[in-house]
This record gives sequence, C-alpha cells and structure tokens, in this order.
Amino acid sequence: MRRSTRPRALTPGATLGLGIGVLWFSLLVLIPLSAVIVEASGGGWETYRSALTNPQTLNALKLTVGVSVLTTALNMVMGTVIAWVLVRDRFWGKRVLDLLIDIPFAMPTIVAGLVLLSLYGSQGPLGTEVENTRKAVFLAIAFVTLPFIVRTVQPVLEEMETDVEDAAASLGASRFTIVRRVVLPTLVPAIFAGAALSFARGISEYGSLVLLSGNLPNRTEVTSYRMASLLEGGNRPAAAALATIMLIVALLAIVVLDVTQRRLARRG
Amino acid sequence: MASASTAVGNRSQLVTWLLRLVVVGYLFMLVAWPTSLIVRNAFADGLEGMRTALSDPDVTHALWLTLRVSVIAVLINLVFGVGMSLLLVRYDFPGKRFLSAMIDLTLAVSPVVVGLALVLVYNPRYGWLGEGLHERGIDIVFATPGIVMATCFVVLPLIVREVVPVLEELGDEQEQAARSLGANGRQTFWRITLPGIRWAIVYGVVLSLARALGEFGAVKIVAGRSIGDMETATLLVQREYQNFHEDVAYSVSLLLVVASVLCLIVVAILRPHEGSHPEIIKEKK
Repeated sequence: MRRSTRPRALTPGATLGLGIGVLWFSLLVLIPLSAVIVEASGGGWETYRSALTNPQTLNALKLTVGVSVLTTALNMVMGTVIAWVLVRDRFWGKRVLDLLIDIPFAMPTIVAGLVLLSLYGSQGPLGTEVENTRKAVFLAIAFVTLPFIVRTVQPVLEEMETDVEDAAASLGASRFTIVRRVVLPTLVPAIFAGAALSFARGISEYGSLVLLSGNLPNRTEVTSYRMASLLEGGNRPAAAALATIMLIVALLAIVVLDVTQRRLARRG
Repeated sequence: MASASTAVGNRSQLVTWLLRLVVVGYLFMLVAWPTSLIVRNAFADGLEGMRTALSDPDVTHALWLTLRVSVIAVLINLVFGVGMSLLLVRYDFPGKRFLSAMIDLTLAVSPVVVGLALVLVYNPRYGWLGEGLHERGIDIVFATPGIVMATCFVVLPLIVREVVPVLEELGDEQEQAARSLGANGRQTFWRITLPGIRWAIVYGVVLSLARALGEFGAVKIVAGRSIGDMETATLLVQREYQNFHEDVAYSVSLLLVVASVLCLIVVAILRPHEGSHPEIIKEKK
C-alpha cells in the first residue's frame, strides 16, 4: 500500500543535492548516450542504411534478436514453472534452488562463459562440443537471462491467495482449467515484465560469449561483439549506429511487451 | 506465504513431482553442474594452481585494481542512489518522471554501448569533453577513472530500485513528526529515514558490489588495448584463457565466483529482515 503523502517542493539543501546528482547523471549517462546518437546521426540516414545493409552486421543482428526471442520464450515457460515450484511446492533443498537462480545474475559474465564451456565444451564430461556454434550463443543467453522472469513472477505468486483456486476446484474445475483461467491471468503482467528484461538483457549480452561462441562472422557473432570490433577498427559511426539500433530494439521490446500485457489483462 | 492449495488432489501429486523434477533437472544442468566444475578445474592439481596464480604479480595487480574500482564505484553509487531516491520520492521538481525513467533505462543498455558512449565523450583525442580534460592533464578513458565510470554506469540503477519502493512504503509521517518536533534535516535523515531504509540500502550495495566485481564488457572498451595497468580481474581471465594459461584463468574465476556467491548469501540472509522491520509490518496491517 502506498502511503506517501504529497511530495514537497525543493528546499535549498535538496536543490543543491539535486543539482549535484543531475550533474553526475549527465556526465555519466545523458551526455555519453547522446554522443552515441549524435555520432550515429552525423552522416544522416546513410550511416544507418549502410550499417543495416552490411551483411555481417545484419547477420549478427538477426542472430542476436532471434536467439533472444527464443530464450525469452523458453524463460516465459521455465521461469514461470520454476517460480511456481519455488512458491507452491515444499521439499528439502528448496532454498538452495532459490540461491541457484541468482547465480547467473551475480556471476561475472566472462566466468559464466568459462563455466558453461567446462561442462558443454569439447573437454567437458558430456562430450558435447558447443563451442563456436549457435547452440553456444543460445546456451549463454539462456544462462544469463534465467533469473528475470523467476524473480518477477515469484513475489506475485507469494502474494496470491489460494482461496479463489479452492473455490474453482470445489465448483468442479480441473487443475488445468484453474491454472489457465485463475492463476495465469494473475501472473501475466509479471511474466511479461520479466520477459522485457530478459529480452533486453539477451540482445545486449557480450561477456559470456567471448570465450564460448568463437564470434565467427556471419555464424556466431552477436551485435555486441560486432559493435566492439567496429569500434576497434575505428569505424565509430557504424558502431554508434548499431548501438542506436540496439537501444531502439530494446525500447521497442519493452513497449510491445507492455502493450501485449495490457491487452491480455483487459481480456481477463 | 500461501499454503499448498487444497485443490491439490491425488492425481496432481504426479504433476507436482513432474514439475519438481523438471525444475531441479533444468537448474542442475544449466547452473549447478557447470558452476561446480569451476571448483574442480581450479583445484585440478591441488592447491598448486591457486598458489601459482596468486604469486603472479599480474594477477594480484588485477585483483587489487578490481577491488579498488568496485569499492569506489559502489561508494559513489551509494551516495547517488540514496540521495536520488530521497529526491524522487520526497520532493517534487520538473523533469522528475524523465529522470526516473532514464535511471530505469540504464538497466537495458548493453555494456558495450556503455563503453562506446563513454569513449565517445571522454576519448583524449576526439571526445566531446575528453579533449579539453586531456589538455588539463586529466585522462578518463584508457585510465582508471574511465573504468570507475563504466562500473558506476552499470551499477547505477541497482540502489535506486531497491530504496525507492521502501521509501514509498514507509511514507513520511514520521519524518514530518520529527521535523515538527524541531529536528533538523540531518537529524531526521540519520534517526528516522535511514533506519527505515537501511536493509534496502545494504541489499542494493551488495548487489552493486557483485555486479561491479564482475563487469567485463564496458570495462574492456574503456580500458582499450593497454594491457597491464588497466587490466581488471575479468579482463585477465579472458587473456589468460586465450593464452592457454587455463589454470590461472580458472583460479581467478573461482575467486570471482566465491566473491559473488558470498554476496548472494549475504543478501539471502538479509532478505527476511527487510520484511520483519517494525515500520513496514505496521504499514501492512
């Protein structure tokens, strides 16, 4: 429950604090992000057109968006199931599972790549040779995006009362019907909010892929890597154009998922 | 916490077990097993690998740099995060919604874009501000301040996102009461506001620290090609692994994993305290 009373007007002390805070935020975030957009727009639409028609860049973009969509879909199912089990089920060792969920968030991305390599790489115990394949890209992004949907759905499930479900059951609804008509509609906003975060994280992934995917042009190279190599090669406008495109894709994903969620919520 | 639904019949016992199996299997294959292998690989020849790694000056330098950068970045972000949260929740000013949205947006910015953005502004040769600063003898990018700034950027929203909801929940009645009883701004903050949000702050700080210790992409771009001085622990892992010094890479990785898991355990222990805080319980009832 939101209890806050009406916010006050700024006092002199608060004004000073706000000034310092905004100055730091501008130096750190606003000016640098504007520099990216300005750098990319320096050459007009031509920069974007040539960035988007470069086959290597286009392939990187397709791979990144494609894999992010797939992993986000996987997370929408697995994340919800994991959250369900963590909240509704009781068994020994559940707290350990709860801790495992956060590991991909806390683990350094470069180490995440190394860790996945030691199990799924050619030297690993499974004998699966994922390195330098698109499977590696999928694996790495599935790993780093694991926590998002679990962590947005979990609190909603915890708050949810079971009496509506019990009522539905006593009226003869099957368990499947209860999940579809009672539980899922409540969870939809959380699932989509988590999906937006998961997708945004997926398309921006870099560190975990450095050692794992080999970053072969046109095969396993993702946009972040493409952007870094464009920058290293001195092609700043192209790197900035790609960065702007990625920012737009991330924002679009957030808006689309938000709209979908609202529409689903209205349908009930 | 919701109790197990009575809707669960005998037939759904099977479903429960099936779901449990799927979840445990998935998390084991994706997280637990791979993570445990890092321990095995780091101790492949007993303690020898770890000892070699820690006696390498490059390794100790990188670990020390990472620790220093992370602590500085987290401290800066602590001041920024707490101050900004107070301003966003307790005060009204033009552009507030924009500022709040921009802080949230930083979460969706790719680390490589962070690096690129900072390089474009602070590069000593062509940067908007970098050129002028370079003339005055200040280098940001390709130097330690750049690494600190990159780290500050990636941890920026973590404290604000923890503290803002708690401040909103607490309300400001107690603060107003304290003020009407003659407490000045500083007393009100230290005695009333801070105790209410301290667990949210600790939680945000620990999350920021875990993120800061492990940042790779943004730091890699702002550190440039200069190897050695600007090499943080994560950059060292990459270089050593690619130079076939896998034992060193595994040892340093293990240290980083231990640090991040410790952060998680601290957070897991702290979490229940947050809810049991008297003010919040009162609000909920």
